[in-house]
Amino acid sequence: MGLLSDPNRRRALIGMLTRLNAPICMICYMAGVAWFMGLAFEPFTLRTYMSENAMGSTMVEERFPAGERALATGREFAAHKKKTGGMPVDWLVRTMQARGLEVYTQRFSRKLPFPDEDKERYMVKGTNVYGILRAPRAPRTEALVLSAPCSPGNENNQAVGILLGLAQYFRSQIYWAKDIIFLVNEHDLIGMQAWLEGYHHTNTTGMDWSPLQGRGGSIQAALSLELSSDVVTSLDLVLEGLNGQLPNLDLANLFYAFCQKIGVLCTTQGKLPRNDWDTTSGYSHAVQTMMLMVLKQASSRPWGDHGLFLRYHIEAASIKGVNSFRPYKTDATTVGRLLEGMYRKLNNLLERLHQSYFFYLMPSLTRFVSIGYYMPAFGLLALILLLRALDLWVQLSSPPTRTTEDGVEVVPASPGVLSILTPLVISHLTGVALYTLPVLSQELAVEHFPVSETEAVVLTAIAIYTAGLALPHNTHRLLAGEGTEQGWKVLKLVAVLYLAVLLGCTALINFSLGFILALTLVPLAAFITPHVPKTLSAVVMVILSPGLTLLFAVFFFQELQETPVTLQEGWMLYLSVISQGILDHALYGSLLYPLAALLVYPCWLLFWNILFWK
Amino acid sequence: MAIRRLKHTRTHAHACMLQTPLDDFQEELVIRPLHSGDIYASFQFRTVWDADFMGDQKVSHYRLFPKSLGQVITKFSVRELHISFTQGYWRTMQWGQPYLPSPPGAELWVWFQDTVTDVDGTWKELTNVLSGIFCASLNFIDSTNTVQPSASFKPLGIGNVTDHSFLRYATLPREIVCTENLTPWKKLLPCGSKAGLSVLLKSEKLFHSTFHSQAVHVRPVCQDPQCRTTSMELRQTLNVVFDLHTSGQGKREWSLFKMFSRTLTEACPLASSSKVYVDVTDNPQFELSPATPLLTQAVVLGDRRTYSVYDLTQQASFGSSRSLNMLLRWKAADGEMLRPLLHSERYVAGYGLQAGEIHTLIYNHHPYRAFPVLLLSAVPWYLRLYIHTLTVSSKGKDNRPSYIHYQPSKDRERPHLLEMLLQLPPNSVTEVTVEFERALLKWTEYTPDPNHGFYVGSSVISALVPSVVAMDTNSTLDRPLFSSFFPCKEEASYFMRVYTEPLLVNLPTPDFSMPYNVICLTCTVVAVGYGSLYNLLTRTFQVDEPSPGLAKRIANVIRRFRGVPLL
Repeated sequence: MGLLSDPNRRRALIGMLTRLNAPICMICYMAGVAWFMGLAFEPFTLRTYMSENAMGSTMVEERFPAGERALATGREFAAHKKKTGGMPVDWLVRTMQARGLEVYTQRFSRKLPFPDEDKERYMVKGTNVYGILRAPRAPRTEALVLSAPCSPGNENNQAVGILLGLAQYFRSQIYWAKDIIFLVNEHDLIGMQAWLEGYHHTNTTGMDWSPLQGRGGSIQAALSLELSSDVVTSLDLVLEGLNGQLPNLDLANLFYAFCQKIGVLCTTQGKLPRNDWDTTSGYSHAVQTMMLMVLKQASSRPWGDHGLFLRYHIEAASIKGVNSFRPYKTDATTVGRLLEGMYRKLNNLLERLHQSYFFYLMPSLTRFVSIGYYMPAFGLLALILLLRALDLWVQLSSPPTRTTEDGVEVVPASPGVLSILTPLVISHLTGVALYTLPVLSQELAVEHFPVSETEAVVLTAIAIYTAGLALPHNTHRLLAGEGTEQGWKVLKLVAVLYLAVLLGCTALINFSLGFILALTLVPLAAFITPHVPKTLSAVVMVILSPGLTLLFAVFFFQELQETPVTLQEGWMLYLSVISQGILDHALYGSLLYPLAALLVYPCWLLFWNILFWK
Repeated sequence: MAIRRLKHTRTHAHACMLQTPLDDFQEELVIRPLHSGDIYASFQFRTVWDADFMGDQKVSHYRLFPKSLGQVITKFSVRELHISFTQGYWRTMQWGQPYLPSPPGAELWVWFQDTVTDVDGTWKELTNVLSGIFCASLNFIDSTNTVQPSASFKPLGIGNVTDHSFLRYATLPREIVCTENLTPWKKLLPCGSKAGLSVLLKSEKLFHSTFHSQAVHVRPVCQDPQCRTTSMELRQTLNVVFDLHTSGQGKREWSLFKMFSRTLTEACPLASSSKVYVDVTDNPQFELSPATPLLTQAVVLGDRRTYSVYDLTQQASFGSSRSLNMLLRWKAADGEMLRPLLHSERYVAGYGLQAGEIHTLIYNHHPYRAFPVLLLSAVPWYLRLYIHTLTVSSKGKDNRPSYIHYQPSKDRERPHLLEMLLQLPPNSVTEVTVEFERALLKWTEYTPDPNHGFYVGSSVISALVPSVVAMDTNSTLDRPLFSSFFPCKEEASYFMRVYTEPLLVNLPTPDFSMPYNVICLTCTVVAVGYGSLYNLLTRTFQVDEPSPGLAKRIANVIRRFRGVPLL
């Protein structure tokens, strides 16, 4: 600090920072990217370990014997599902009651803002069925949840079978200290949302549901099971929840520990942990796994039925059974024993899971990167914005004085508030239009164009997004005078600081989203001035804009999942991703769509304005 | 009269006791098969002593009445004492009403005599002494969880004290009940666990159940129908429910041996009456062996029930095998249970760690009768109730309580107390909601396991429920013990108490694992970062010429004299 309080040295420091601004920025950017890529390198990551004492040292024995019977129940469930053409409510109620549970149902209905073409639903009506296993000598204060979705078609019947089989087995045990709720939810996430809102008696998304009749106190943890085959080769753990929230890392550790103990192959992002970190393919495997997690987290949507629990501070994960062509298979009894073990350990919990990390990335199921290690990557990118802001600030505070012919020094007039405020307000109004109009104007669009409602919404959004590019010309028509040299600098200063705050906040809540946005927006924010070549820069800006980032992310994600798509398919997927994003916001309260429309897009428009500053 | 007799007793203790036993002991076990296939066993042990604890005479000669308890009652001038330890929650909708309700955890309520001047001090001492007697954490009862209910807890014995400043009520919802509480409780019995019904009380089976509750009730009762003199009554009760699936291996077949892993061979020799009742009202559904010719009827909780009675004082009850092991076997799977008229549930709504809402639902299942209930909830201070958000509604309409007694909390001193008299419309659900804010505690106030959450004790709903059959108001009749606990004043209704679930609420909790990091970081930031940054922001810096040397200063002085410009 002595460096700064000495005016001479301060001047020297600032001089150096402004003179070397561009190289420093370049170095920061490359260092940030390199740091991020280094996170997947095994020597730089930590091995996962169980932090919770209550789950670590205590031993449990898994004795679940009835996998075959559970599968038979699953087949019976499938038959009844087929017969009723949906959730077999009566059969489930009877079956759960016969297993000695307290059974309740919940009806719900929801009209989507526009038809969901992926899942083919618009007016959704359904029933959740849940049975509560009351723990002996416990006062109904704590509960655990095991859920399985009742999916259309032939899916997840085995999951419901194992759920009912476990219910029967758990019921005859004396050691439970927490109530266990066995939930079969219809219409996947919509049913789950209705049940959770009913359980906590809140209504954040305007859904209609009937109140719950029975509860088990505060829910400590939840697992959601998805299983569509009688045998599995591996189990996949899904952690990413709504708005990029993750469950406590101990839940993942618990799953891994039991997979090891029982001898089941376990994966995350569908990728097995590998040991050959020192080879290129091993490293690239880790990078792929981590990038998949980053992309999923950045998407802000729940990647399994567990995703909605996290809002209520309930640690939850989904376990998906995968049946591939590997020869070694795991039967239902083993899956049941794995779940039994996990529930017995969760039953031993004295406190909520809180000992381990809530913010982490996983380059494999056995390795993790905690917030302390990945934040510098983002910090390096954010530093660029601050350096640029400093540079602009210095330029503005010591204006280059021009000398006229008479030798009189003329200080350029500082730009009016109006010239800064106008682009700011107009770009935000465009953002508001992007947020509200697509859903509001769907009927109008359907009347005039030969498209379906869903296409209408998505295409309106794209149209408004593209129309925003014409703004600079219109903004200037509103302005009285010419934009000055000082004007764009002030505007850019504001825009750069705005972006820094925006990305900083986003990265704190959802690192992946913040980092991906920073990766594309920061270079653009750093180099844009009115004096760069217009056409080339405009092309670069459009490529780096949030909308196209999403398109690239879609292709990249498909590539990582080893299901590459053609351009045509990719475009269709892109359209459906946009509609899903809007639906996620309306149905579950995902924040990505409002964030992108109301804040990120206007911020990008500001830079677009600067490029076309006159 | 009693005092004179006591003095007499003291001089001729042994002889006198044989002639006129002043105390009397009865034991009783009621077995009720439940519709869910579970089985409910309720023990009651009653000791009545015609001694006057209230007078100034010291009572020092104890026979059947436990001395440890008698001394406490005398020392602290206790008029009535009710203490219960419960592990589990009574499932009203599956099991019907219990004979004696109790909330999960420990509950203690005491009426002191009106001679007590420092009630709070006496209460504090009493809880500590009881803590020792029952091996329980009753010493955690302090002013932050003690309330003085104004209407919900009236004296159950005789006595016309209604000034509730002599009443103290507290619950410890977190108290865990186990063997160490059972042993001291059994020690209070005259036969201990050596003979009589108490041989069944083996902890390995009692704690392999779904519900366990043990209680001690001390109260003054009338000695004779005219109620000229009073006696002290001590009732020890123990209720236990065995589960069909975990204890019964899923078979609807119960026997004493299956429940307690013991059979009965004799009555307690000190007991004047020792009986086992089996509720056979739903007899077609199950058979009972050995059959007993003795049947009795009693009106319990608004319903006329029929009981088979085994009198253990009669040798015939034990049959040829000299042991009684009655067997109940269901014939049909299940029938419809008489739906309990009153039940309730409670839960916390909302998410996040800032605010929340407590919902209490009270169900009146009576098809056409409305009846009033008293709702009492004591909420710890760290949930700051917003009492202006209190709403009571039934059937979608506002339901104004006719009486509200609210005592606001004081931080770290006393809890909220909310008592309301509500009229429940027939066949309805009444919902009481109140919002609250979660307080941020001081860091020493957190429990060792703060992420477990903090408990809020059960709400108490006391009601006079309309009875289907005429209640028995005649107390002189020799009734079974379980039907005569709550005094009954009118024939058309009976008194009932329902406890809601306790709540587990999470409070905002700091990360206790890193205070060291936090302290270091904060100190560094304050000392280095903040200080110098503040310095930079508030001061302006200018280049100052270094002070001139001595030679130069002298030269300047000379120059000033000469009138030439300074150097």
